[in-house]
Amino acid sequence: MNELLREYLPVLIFIIVAAGLSGIMVIASLVLARQKPDSEKLSPYECGFEAFDDARRQFDVRFYLVSILFIIFDLEVAFLFPWAVSLSNIGMFGFWSMMIFLGVLTIGFIYEWKKGALEWE
Amino acid sequence: MIVQALSFYVFAAVLIVSGVLVVANRNPVYSVLFLILTFFNAAGLFVLLGAEFLAMMLVVVYVGAVAVLFLFVVMMLDINFAELRQGFVRYAGIGAVVGIVLVAEIIFVVSSGAMSPAAGALGGSPMPAGVTNTEALGNILYTDYFYLFQAAGVVLLIAMIGAIVLTHREREGVRRQRIAAQLARDRRSVEIKKVPTGTGI
Amino acid sequence: MAELNLHAALPEIWVAVSAMVLLLVGAYTGDRAMRLIGLLSMLVMGVAIVAMLGIDVSTVPQLAFNGHFIVDRFAVFAKVLALIAAMASVWMSFSYAEREGMARFELPLLMLLATLGMMLMISANDLISLYVGLELQSLALYVTAAIRRDTVKSTEAGLKYFVLGALSSGMLLYGASMIYGFVGTVSFAGLSTALSGATEPSLGLIVGLVFLCAGLAFKISAVPFHMWTPDVYEGAPTPITAFFSAAPKVAAIALFTRVLVDAFGGLTPQWQQIIFAVSVASMLLGAFAAIGQRNIKRLMAYSSIGNIGYALVGLAAGTPQGVSGLLFYMAVYVPMTLGSFAVILAMRQKGQMVEEIADLSGLAKSQPWLAHIFAAILFSMAGIPPLVGFFGKWMVFAAAVNQGLYVLAVIGVVASVVSAYYYVRVIKVMYFDEAVTAFDRVDGSLKLVLASSLAVVVIGILFINPLQNSAIAAAASLFPE
Repeated sequence: MNELLREYLPVLIFIIVAAGLSGIMVIASLVLARQKPDSEKLSPYECGFEAFDDARRQFDVRFYLVSILFIIFDLEVAFLFPWAVSLSNIGMFGFWSMMIFLGVLTIGFIYEWKKGALEWE
Repeated sequence: MIVQALSFYVFAAVLIVSGVLVVANRNPVYSVLFLILTFFNAAGLFVLLGAEFLAMMLVVVYVGAVAVLFLFVVMMLDINFAELRQGFVRYAGIGAVVGIVLVAEIIFVVSSGAMSPAAGALGGSPMPAGVTNTEALGNILYTDYFYLFQAAGVVLLIAMIGAIVLTHREREGVRRQRIAAQLARDRRSVEIKKVPTGTGI
Repeated sequence: MAELNLHAALPEIWVAVSAMVLLLVGAYTGDRAMRLIGLLSMLVMGVAIVAMLGIDVSTVPQLAFNGHFIVDRFAVFAKVLALIAAMASVWMSFSYAEREGMARFELPLLMLLATLGMMLMISANDLISLYVGLELQSLALYVTAAIRRDTVKSTEAGLKYFVLGALSSGMLLYGASMIYGFVGTVSFAGLSTALSGATEPSLGLIVGLVFLCAGLAFKISAVPFHMWTPDVYEGAPTPITAFFSAAPKVAAIALFTRVLVDAFGGLTPQWQQIIFAVSVASMLLGAFAAIGQRNIKRLMAYSSIGNIGYALVGLAAGTPQGVSGLLFYMAVYVPMTLGSFAVILAMRQKGQMVEEIADLSGLAKSQPWLAHIFAAILFSMAGIPPLVGFFGKWMVFAAAVNQGLYVLAVIGVVASVVSAYYYVRVIKVMYFDEAVTAFDRVDGSLKLVLASSLAVVVIGILFINPLQNSAIAAAASLFPE
């Protein structure tokens, strides 16, 4: 167990350094700089104008469709990693097991292609 | 050892604080960002448990994809979030009661701690020695758990169909790119006209 | 790489492969092939029934896929029932879908895939396959509830169903993980051996069991996890509601029974209390809350909550007799509820669907046959003796009395008397109220369902013995000698 964790020590050090550095930046600018905020300075502006409307616009539902289709294939890829690592141990059965899985998702892929879900118009 | 314990407490503390902030935040976009922080810390805890494959999957799938999806959904909704929060105080009481009951149950269960006598014998398979985490999963996932693996594939297929059924719309009056027609087109179908400069057509 | 024994799972493999082929057919032909794909889906389910009956389970259960999947008489009984219910629902959905503008070829396909999920649920032999089967079924159902995405009601029903369903799945997983933590195995056989000799079950295990029961009680819409049912039933398109009230109920209650009797047989006294309370609450709420309803679909929702309560009386008994009573009850409940929904689907005035109970007034004069059939079904649901509904109730109550659960049986009888009141009220509206507007002509497809339902309700009494015998044989396979 400790063997495994020792391999992650650089990652931990990286996280500490990253958190520390960004913390220092934020705190140092708060402590060292002279700040005199007023309402005009803090209000959002667009190229010198007053803001025309809310910055938050409604997104098209198609963004959602694309990203959910992406997640499904992302998960499919997640299943490929252990398979690739232990393909030598699991033999032909393991190989075909993955091929069937990919086949099912390929059918889904053909379906979404024919439906035009991948087109943006 | 001290490093391990220390990082556990840091990860766990940040996890809980950011989890609370996901719920308590006024701005839903900030909530999603805290959710990402929560996922990262959960991944850290997974690494400490020795489940490194799961930790990496949490980062790849949840942080990389699910959190982005949440951001899209938050931005897609046309809701006045200040209004949405009005009910929060009203339901906070009930929510707190349910939460306290759940916490009490967990404390109750953990403190009782008695295992069934057969648990030791049946005890789940520990990580086999000399094999990495990912390989240990791969050795059984595609063969011993063939059925569940394929069923998971069908679940993903249904998710795909469902997403398309519920959100995909054929738009009228849109000229789509027809690649086959483009490729099949030959030179003769194009008429080239010389236009002298300055005269117009 | 142990025994796959694919032969035992042949019906499921067939359904899965056919669903994918039909998906491709639909992708290439488009929505005009809806009726064709629907009919083919029904054919696929029919072939699956035949294949199911061909599996030899007469002596020992067949295990497949390294023991993750089990086929025994219990599974065959429940699966055949669920498949028949699904076939009838697909059949009823055609003309509605075409008329109401939801004729999309994915609709019958999603119903087929949901049915595949039900088959996996019924055959689940460990906690992981339980969960995967349940999600397969639920995911398809959430989408079908919201399939009329342009109407607020349908999308609201889909969203409610999805959010609460996800919550219940979370509870179920929480319970399952506790059970795994405290026992060390997820397979039903392993749980059963681990718990059989246990002296005092640990608290963690009990808490896990409670959460598991809560998650499953949600899926069968038993009180106190029923809140979603009236809203979803009202909002979802009517043929989809018919589907919800029949096939998934069979699958979920079969799964519930297998988990409790097979895996947690050693903890029978513990879960008996839970089922007892849930059953009493469901029967009473189903009876009393239905009285004030004006919408016939909401009425049917409360009626289905009550019916699940009666079926759970059999499970609360925890004996082979009780489980066979439960199976018999579900076998009788399915044709009755499908018949009622066929009547609701026939409620159209001038091309518009109506769903108020008051709209039924004067039906006995304008369409006497429809009124007679609905009256027969409602009398059967109320449990009036010569009709089959009575025998279903009688069997579960008899099982409860044999186990000394007199209180349960008495409450059950009281609840059925109260529920008879609102069933009879609907009959009164049909026969004695003045007609408002006559209904449109009934579709041929609905007539078939109505006729079959009537046949089951009225002449089903002649087939009680064979049905009861197969229910007894099915229940026996859950109780090892």
